[in-house]
Amino acid sequence: MDEHAKTVTWIATLRRARHQTRLRLGLVMVGLLLIGTGLTLITGPTMTAPMDVLRVLTGHDLPGTSFVVLELRLPRAILSILTGMSFGLGGVIFQTLLKNPLASPDIIGISAGASAAAVFAIVMLGWSGAAVSVTAVIAGLAVALLIYLLAWRDGVSGARLILIGIGISAMLDSMIAYVLSRAPAWTLQDAMRWLTGSVNGATLDQAVPVLLSLLVFGGILLARRGNIEAMRLGDDTAAALGVPLMREKVVAVMSAVGLIAVATAVAGPIAFVAFLSGPMAKRIAGPGRSPLIAAALVGALLVLLGDYAGQHLLIGRYPVGIVTGALGAPYLIFLIIRSNRNERET
Amino acid sequence: MTSAGSTALTLDLLRASRRGRVLWLLVVLLVLTCACILSVSFGTRDVDWADIIAGVRGSTETMAQAVVAVRVPRTVLAILAGAALGLAGAVMQGVTRNPLADPGILGVNAGAAMAVVIGIAWFGMQTLHAFMWTAILGAGLAACFVYAIGSLGRGGATPLKLALAGAATSIAAASFTVAIILPRNDIAGGVRSWQIGGIGGASFEAILPALPFLMVGSFLCLLSARSLNLLALGDEAAAGLGARVAWARGIAALGAILLCGATTAICGPIGFVGLVVPHLCRLLVGVDHRWLLPFSALTGAVLLILADVAGRLIARPTEMDVGIVTAFIGAPVFIWIVRKRRVRDL
Repeated sequence: MDEHAKTVTWIATLRRARHQTRLRLGLVMVGLLLIGTGLTLITGPTMTAPMDVLRVLTGHDLPGTSFVVLELRLPRAILSILTGMSFGLGGVIFQTLLKNPLASPDIIGISAGASAAAVFAIVMLGWSGAAVSVTAVIAGLAVALLIYLLAWRDGVSGARLILIGIGISAMLDSMIAYVLSRAPAWTLQDAMRWLTGSVNGATLDQAVPVLLSLLVFGGILLARRGNIEAMRLGDDTAAALGVPLMREKVVAVMSAVGLIAVATAVAGPIAFVAFLSGPMAKRIAGPGRSPLIAAALVGALLVLLGDYAGQHLLIGRYPVGIVTGALGAPYLIFLIIRSNRNERET
Repeated sequence: MTSAGSTALTLDLLRASRRGRVLWLLVVLLVLTCACILSVSFGTRDVDWADIIAGVRGSTETMAQAVVAVRVPRTVLAILAGAALGLAGAVMQGVTRNPLADPGILGVNAGAAMAVVIGIAWFGMQTLHAFMWTAILGAGLAACFVYAIGSLGRGGATPLKLALAGAATSIAAASFTVAIILPRNDIAGGVRSWQIGGIGGASFEAILPALPFLMVGSFLCLLSARSLNLLALGDEAAAGLGARVAWARGIAALGAILLCGATTAICGPIGFVGLVVPHLCRLLVGVDHRWLLPFSALTGAVLLILADVAGRLIARPTEMDVGIVTAFIGAPVFIWIVRKRRVRDL
């Protein structure tokens, strides 16, 4: 009896402690996002005083500064955050449903589909702006559907889907390479910049479709995070818990593809954001908690800080995709080291 | 009596299969000859027979003869590179006991390419000899890295984990490569065209430094045919039959890496030859590596020549690089292999 009461209080304290850690981590991430936004707004070839930035943001009109902050830096920060959230959220859905931390949309060909279509539209058809975005979204969905259909053999298995995605992605990559080799020099620069993933030259108009997709698809996913959590436990358990598997999977995957494709259409396939956000978010959210919100925040942080680092901290200026892409290799090495340690412990 | 009968039957089958193999060998050699003739006679420019014969003899008096004279080293390079990649693919599939192993899929080519780009950009490498050593070093490092990540966790190096690790490593390597060449306009154009993987600008001077590497690599690979047969039975069984498992793996892998590195140094990364060829050859001659390896080399040469000819004819009046053609042939085969296998084996 006494023993029992002790256990209960112990579990309660543990829960409270965990809840507090989670809250603290969440606050830290939001704080970091604010700091990153602030830095992006302040820093540039000419530094702007923080007070001036605040005054501009609250509606004062300062000649010169207003243009730089509102037209150049603010859209950049907003677009970074929105695309980062889309990538993070879309990535973690794929990783959860396919039960593999390496199975993110940039590796299994979803991003490659959107990229190939966009590069084709830019180089071969000479399109730009919204037309490119729409093409990329349609192609992203089409490629996802194609991968799904090809993986279908008495039901879809995660392993087969991932491998077929890798194959399709290799084919699309070489198509991109071919289109680029046909490109005249002036569109080549455009296409290359887009391919590496960057938020250079961001405008607020570009942010609108990303925001909309984030509201719609992100909303759908967040509303279903309980079911998505249940599916992490395995198909049988989820079905036993009353999750309509087929429908939930299709809805979740479609939403994730939508998020990824829209963000890719606007900012290009920013490498590895979708790949890195999920595992980091899972550590932050802790066991048994849905990592969706954390993944969105981590994605936003990665793009925002990656862009800042690429613009101001490194020698030479790099688009954000290069910075986040370079983070991928250390992460893979980290995976090796961690799993070696785990094996020694067990 | 029945046992004697079945022994006789087995012997008959063996003899029949040997005859079958010799027959197939003759067929493949015939096809190779035809492919060579096609390769020197077809291209962007139409030439007639007299010019072809004169051109092959080295005469460059007319435009047509000069064109043929350019096609000769190109064909030789296609034979060497195709044979090297086919052989390397067969050895990699044997060493990892993995039907999806391919220098392209496993990221070995991407590693070699990154190493060469680093060498050009940071160390000002100029000579083909230096390219060769760097590419082999890069290929080796990438192979070890991918194998280390792929064999993490439970179940060892499954095809799925190896393919994912290879894809992720390829993306990371590509990202580094772009980061290196982006600020270097002086080398960007050359590196980009080399990266697609082509044999267009071949000359005998460029082929010559690769020959020693290709020879040593092929020697090591062919030497490991017997031990690969043993390894196919599983590590324990192979050790029980007297194979030194680690040594056998190491030597075979070294041979494959030499072949991949040297080929990538001259042609750039060419994917999927190493994947498709061994599977085709297994259908023709069975799983005995003593037959499979030389067959893979011959068939690889045929495939690369034909892919090169196709690339010249498809995109007239220009050319499509052979790396793109092989990806479009190879990716569907990859998907077919994945679909054919049971989920448990992935």
